[in-house]
Amino acid sequence: MSVTAKNLDTNEYFYGHKACAGCGGSLAVRAALKVLGEHSVAVLPAGCMSAVGFNFPQLCFANNAIISMFAGTASMLTGVEAGLRRRGITDFQAVGFAGDGGTADIGIQALSGAIDRGDNILYICYDNEAYMNTGIQKSGLTPFGAKTTTTPAGANIHGNLRPKKNLFEIVAAHDIPYAATATVGYLPDFLNKVEKAKNIKGTKFIHVIAPCPTGWGIPVSDTVEAAREIADCGLWYLAEYENGEFTLNRDPKEFTSVEDYLKRQARFKHLTDEDIRVIIESRDKKWAHIRQNWKTKE
Amino acid sequence: MKQYLSGDEAFAAGIRLARPEVVSAYPITPQTIVVERLSDMVEDGSLDAEFIHVESEHVMMNANRSTALPWNIYGDQRDSLALLDTGWIQAYAENAQEALDLALMSYYIAEKKDVSTPFMVNLDGFILTHTYEEVDVPEQADADRFLPKYETENCFDFEHPKNMAFSAGPDTNYIFKYKEHAALLRAVPVIAEAEEKFALIFGRKYTGLIDTYNTEDADYILITLGTIAGLSREIADKLRAEGKKVGVLRIRYMRPFPTVEIAEAVKNAKAVAVLEKDISFGAAGTVYTNVTSALQQAGLNIPAYNFIGGLGGRNISHADITDIFEKTEHGTERVNFIGIEVQK
Repeated sequence: MSVTAKNLDTNEYFYGHKACAGCGGSLAVRAALKVLGEHSVAVLPAGCMSAVGFNFPQLCFANNAIISMFAGTASMLTGVEAGLRRRGITDFQAVGFAGDGGTADIGIQALSGAIDRGDNILYICYDNEAYMNTGIQKSGLTPFGAKTTTTPAGANIHGNLRPKKNLFEIVAAHDIPYAATATVGYLPDFLNKVEKAKNIKGTKFIHVIAPCPTGWGIPVSDTVEAAREIADCGLWYLAEYENGEFTLNRDPKEFTSVEDYLKRQARFKHLTDEDIRVIIESRDKKWAHIRQNWKTKE
Repeated sequence: MKQYLSGDEAFAAGIRLARPEVVSAYPITPQTIVVERLSDMVEDGSLDAEFIHVESEHVMMNANRSTALPWNIYGDQRDSLALLDTGWIQAYAENAQEALDLALMSYYIAEKKDVSTPFMVNLDGFILTHTYEEVDVPEQADADRFLPKYETENCFDFEHPKNMAFSAGPDTNYIFKYKEHAALLRAVPVIAEAEEKFALIFGRKYTGLIDTYNTEDADYILITLGTIAGLSREIADKLRAEGKKVGVLRIRYMRPFPTVEIAEAVKNAKAVAVLEKDISFGAAGTVYTNVTSALQQAGLNIPAYNFIGGLGGRNISHADITDIFEKTEHGTERVNFIGIEVQK
């Protein structure tokens, strides 16, 4: 049965935290836990969600939860899963919530190790496209052109010079049982991917776009809209990897304007027409590859 | 049952007897053999545990190894002594039998509710990890009598969910730190309790935080830790035969630190030496700093000399130790590097 607004668990598992207004990361965690329920054990490394959710004595997870080492989200998931299973407990889901830096940069070794071992865990990367917790520094998932405090935009350099790492396909290359991309802009799609992952044995990975109004430079009311627009303009895609095959879940006939998407965010304000042309070219190349090689679902 | 085992193998045997439910161990020289033996035990069914093939290092037993730079895989104690402030109990084994016995006792002590503190057993890299000796391996039934099944409330619970490993701000953080400190101090009587029970079941007696040898009437006492204590006692015997009143004090536990025990054992000495495979750059050896603090806290004004040796696996010889006793009797620089003229 698919998860809908009507049958979604009305209990809250992540509340009372001090995340910024409009936080996309906390929305992703809150929504995913409504699918996974009280029998999930959440592991969070250093990052926004552990910083806002675990301040003694105000502890904000209604389910079991723990902060791991920055690099060790997946290792701790492995330990949690092995330990509980050893104690004869089978009805639980070990789930990690790590940011883009904690996943694509600092935690990638541990993630790779867990997938290699085939541990029965779900790893969710909430991607706000920079180290937002420490004040907006570039991560491996910061997109080309974005202004961060370590990739300032000036006359000589226009923000981040490197494209976003292709994390989804890096993970898929391990031949993982299930990997997916998502965005909090299309919440039902994300929730159903969490539901699907929950029922698959082995290592599961979901990469969900979760805008940060503070770091992106958008009004706090625009989080969901920006998270939707990134997929609509083709700078993100909704896809799955399963049984050795890639599937594109959503194939827009026409993309919305990349320029509009970029220009409404302060982090891209400085981009020139030439910069935007480079971004569109790279988008088109990616989609040509996807459409040629991946299955489409629609 | 008597077996011919290396330090690494003896430790693995001790782990098997402690019946861990999950093993997450990464092989790295010089402790690779421990992980290999544990894998074998899980394969042949003699150890019923989940074996996690970790992709990086988690340490409980530490095969003491030199730290970079320059790179070096041989033994010294800089790796563990640099971690004294991290809140682990630290024990240093002298031989393979003690390594096995500490493997069992470490679970007993660390799992006591009042202690609940991680435990690091240190084995001198190669000198102990790779040297074969006769080791008495206890029977599983006796090990089970010694070590109760681990029960703790400090774990996830689906009836009463827990948020663990949280943050604590300036208002409460220091209270948690005080509790960690207090738990380490509470380990002292638990170590004594563990050793008493161990002696009753296995017949082998250990002596708590320190192990003294002819210190009662000694004028000059060499304080050290790990395997080098054996050679030190041999030299002390030789000097005793020549009429010199010397003794050896082996530190078994660096944390909790035997502040009172050391001061009590050396209070009548004319001078003490501290021999360690460690240097805290720009200061002195860390064991020396801890020992001199113990003397000061006890109001003892005994000259104490630090001898740094064995770094990167370099041998410490009979002549070196004889020379240490000689220098301690006649006075020398406060911090000395064996075999190197210290720059003024």
